[in-house]
Amino acid sequence: MAEEKKPAPAAGGRANTKKELPEHFKAYKHVWVAVEIEHGQVHTVSYELLGEGRKLADKRGVELAAVVMGNDRASLEEAAVACFEYGADCVYLVCDPALAHYRNETATKVLTDLVNTYQPEILLLGATNLGRDLAGSVATTLLTGLTADCTELEIDDEGSLAATRPTFGGSLLCTIFTLNFRPQMATVRPRVLAMPERVPGRTGRIVEFDPKLVEDDVVTKVLDFIADRDSDKANLPYADVVVAGGLGLGSVENFQLVKELAEVLGAEYGGSRPLVQKGWITSDRQIGQTGKTIRPKLYIAAGISGAIQHRVGVEGADLIVAINTDPNAPIFEFAHLGIVADAVTLLPALTEAFAKRLRINRLAS
Amino acid sequence: MHIVVCIKQVPDSAQIRVHPVTNTIMRQGVPTIINPYDLFALEEALRLRDTFGGVVTVLTMGPPTAAESLRKALTFGADRGVLLTDRYFAGSDTLATSFALSMALKKVAAEFGQPEIVFTGKQTIDGDTAQVGPGIAKRLNYNQLTYVSKIVDADFAGGVIRVERRAEGGTQVLQSRLPVLITMLEATNEMRRGSVENALIAARAQAITWNAADVGIEDLTKCGLRGSPTIVKKVFAPTARTEKAVLVEADGSTDGMADALIDAIFERAPAVEEDLFEQAARQY
Amino acid sequence: MAMTEEKFDAIVVGAGPSGNAAAYVMAKEGLNVLQIERGEYSGSKNVQGAILYSDALEQIIPDFREDAPLERHVTEQRMWMMDDKSHTGMHYRSDDFNEEKPNRYTILRAQFDKWFNAKVREAGALVLYETTVTELVKDLKGQVVGVRTDRSGSPIMANVVILAEGVNGLVGQRSGLRDEVAPDTVALAVKEMHFLPRETIEARFNLSGNEGAVIEAMGTITKGMTGTGFLYTNEESISVGIGCIVSDFADSEVTPYALLEAFKSHPSIKPLLADSECKEYAAHLIPEGGYKAIPQLYGNGWIVVGDAGQFVNAVHREGSNLAMTTGRVAAETVIALTRKREEMSAANLADYARRLEQTFVMKDLKKYKGIPALLHGNKRNFFGTYPQLVSQAMQTWFRVDGVDKKSKEKAIFRNFRETRTIFGMLGDAFKLVRAWR
Repeated sequence: MAEEKKPAPAAGGRANTKKELPEHFKAYKHVWVAVEIEHGQVHTVSYELLGEGRKLADKRGVELAAVVMGNDRASLEEAAVACFEYGADCVYLVCDPALAHYRNETATKVLTDLVNTYQPEILLLGATNLGRDLAGSVATTLLTGLTADCTELEIDDEGSLAATRPTFGGSLLCTIFTLNFRPQMATVRPRVLAMPERVPGRTGRIVEFDPKLVEDDVVTKVLDFIADRDSDKANLPYADVVVAGGLGLGSVENFQLVKELAEVLGAEYGGSRPLVQKGWITSDRQIGQTGKTIRPKLYIAAGISGAIQHRVGVEGADLIVAINTDPNAPIFEFAHLGIVADAVTLLPALTEAFAKRLRINRLAS
Repeated sequence: MHIVVCIKQVPDSAQIRVHPVTNTIMRQGVPTIINPYDLFALEEALRLRDTFGGVVTVLTMGPPTAAESLRKALTFGADRGVLLTDRYFAGSDTLATSFALSMALKKVAAEFGQPEIVFTGKQTIDGDTAQVGPGIAKRLNYNQLTYVSKIVDADFAGGVIRVERRAEGGTQVLQSRLPVLITMLEATNEMRRGSVENALIAARAQAITWNAADVGIEDLTKCGLRGSPTIVKKVFAPTARTEKAVLVEADGSTDGMADALIDAIFERAPAVEEDLFEQAARQY
Repeated sequence: MAMTEEKFDAIVVGAGPSGNAAAYVMAKEGLNVLQIERGEYSGSKNVQGAILYSDALEQIIPDFREDAPLERHVTEQRMWMMDDKSHTGMHYRSDDFNEEKPNRYTILRAQFDKWFNAKVREAGALVLYETTVTELVKDLKGQVVGVRTDRSGSPIMANVVILAEGVNGLVGQRSGLRDEVAPDTVALAVKEMHFLPRETIEARFNLSGNEGAVIEAMGTITKGMTGTGFLYTNEESISVGIGCIVSDFADSEVTPYALLEAFKSHPSIKPLLADSECKEYAAHLIPEGGYKAIPQLYGNGWIVVGDAGQFVNAVHREGSNLAMTTGRVAAETVIALTRKREEMSAANLADYARRLEQTFVMKDLKKYKGIPALLHGNKRNFFGTYPQLVSQAMQTWFRVDGVDKKSKEKAIFRNFRETRTIFGMLGDAFKLVRAWR
């Protein structure tokens, strides 16, 4: 039933629709980003959030703060520097042996304690496995509103966070507010927001926070971490060139043509949702609202009709090229370049032509 | 042993239409299905029951028609279906939903025994938030294991469970204490079919139906729209891009088309051309 | 398991209109009925729009109008004869159709079947979904005593099995109860749903409230094949489709989809569908062999109803009413035998065929028994030559260009004569009249 909300009635009816912020929430100030660090690495989505958080903070005339937590002081301090350079004014640094690995229990305690102590008005997290695991626990503990998987964040005239997210598989968008509870929480998926400019040398203040964690009190233990072998895991969100196929290819055998073009271009490959349902590709290669959002420099969509849920995931691409037999396919509504052709015959020709040009260029140099 | 699986009946998003004028969802004729992600949770629960014995209860919250999804769960082999339905739940956001479900789970525990594991899918296909599972865990004070790809082993007597969890960049192997809430990752198993006997039992079964009062909710302001801190102020259709795609024209031959397309790509994205050539040069 | 000991009074295979009618009538009379449906739910395999004829349903559920999902009641019928650019039409519209209990409705089968099936369950029948009957179980004497399904477990036993499995139902064919359908007795219809706001539909078709219009079209749209095109207005959508005899498709180069595309882009149809959002493309087989194609309808422990029995009146494009009526009559036969504790032998079930003879089903099918063959045998004329001639005649007549009316008349008749011999035309007309009577 969650999310199947109708727009609130225009007037009266319920208390929440009008902004009447309770007195004890009025002290809540500043915009926070919960930075995602696993194995010393900051997830890029955190920088994307800092970029957006900077704009929100400026509009509100408040500070932007980042929360970094972990067990290795050196890497946390390194992360803090990066946060400053990506726009943070302040970093809450939480260093504790119990934070060696991400665990819901410890992270929820740290973040809720921090929020209760320093009282931010807005708290942003990445809509990653980690961010979604954490955000739901924190919002429930704080009994505040959380808008998941936003595509756009704004500050409205009353100073509230207007969080826009797709609903019903991307068929519609809705703008959601948390008017009378604090903090206003939102998650955003990687690559939905643009990466901000890094300003080297930009700095801010660090606030240390002692989480008072005792490892023996933590129920869940991390026994092992098996890192993905880089070779066989798709990194679609951050690829520069992506080639994808859809049902228009007709068969799983023809999907090979997509992989071949991707290989020549050094690109990642992916597909639309029906291909996952048909078992042609795995779900980590699904592009679209319920799959991955991509922002490549070049996106080639072969035999994809361009349903709205797909569009939502690829709109950030610099150049969208569509190959489809149907000139009325919706993909031509949002692609930049299109060609009306059968992908099954055009893809091999395209692969060959690209390969030829790259070969010639290499010889020439 | 008692396992509860929370499922949700959702409109089949592939068949959702938006009214072109009013921008509202045209529900008419849109079939409903069990949220596909929930089936992985249900199958995992059934497998645990088949191995360790015990009972699988399926819980859903929704309109009275959601009983249909319970019948289907029984066809797969679940032992009991509970429907939580009340008009006061209408318009619930994730916080209000997890409140109502947690109250129903307390009643399930009181009536049928404390569940060692509560399962949910990793997210729904209509809401896509992945927040209700964690919300339930927090409210029930269960240990939370999200995005579980495999249950390595479970010791119900000793109250210990080990799972593999999908994390960023790798897989965590976690050990936790029961009771736990697990959100199950997709494609971890395949839903069984259910025998003729299961199907006949399901066809005869009456779902247990509870409303807000039945599960002990006294404060109705915690339910539905009133219990939801988030407010949907505006619903709108995505704006169409004003320019349509520039169609690349080429004389008949496929090779000609390929060349014309590459020319057009490079003309519009010179940076891509540079990258590709640089990359090609590096390779040799 | 206990299952094997349980024996149902009747098993109904299929949950379309005929299966639902049979299961409902029997369950309502207190029989222990099991219905088995292949799809996820009744209607899930049937996404298209259709016409519901009230009378057949009224005899089963008199107050169906209270909660059945009905789209619009039909107040206007348009019969179009089309060539490539024009249509010559006969429209009939009457306020009489705005009666308290309208006679015909447009429906969406997915919703209607689901509703009907919910009634079946309310009446007390058990329904299994997503379960396919794979074979009939027979005893040593050849009496059908139950069914086996694609689910694991024991067979399910019953006194009688009612096969309502549709035109291409495999259970009956596999069990040798009837032959595979012949390609010249079955039509392939392709349909689409086009969504439009209700105000737009009402403006385009000159409707108000829940009034609905139906267009049925024949002519060059089927490219010389035996078939018809149709368009129904629903509440917020338009069903559009075209169907032709399967063997004609096989003989021609045209694909069903291309035919539908051409029909939709016909200048008379295109503006009616403009700006609509198309969802749900579906293909579906319709038995059109008529009376002569009806297979053996009953045997020891089994009865065939609905499309599986070829019960479709292709001339009037009626199907669901015949389906429901055959389902009801089969149910009544089974109820009577069950009450009398008589066995479900072929001799006793022959009563089903006798009862059917007394209904409109058999009377209508007999009346038109010659038509399918006639149309099929002369398809070039009926679906090409005549529509073109009529269009040319109309255009000659209505175009004001200084030619006097007398000469126009002459030109029209000359055109007819030159294209088709007088004897040919008279012969076709004569045959048509005779087949109609």
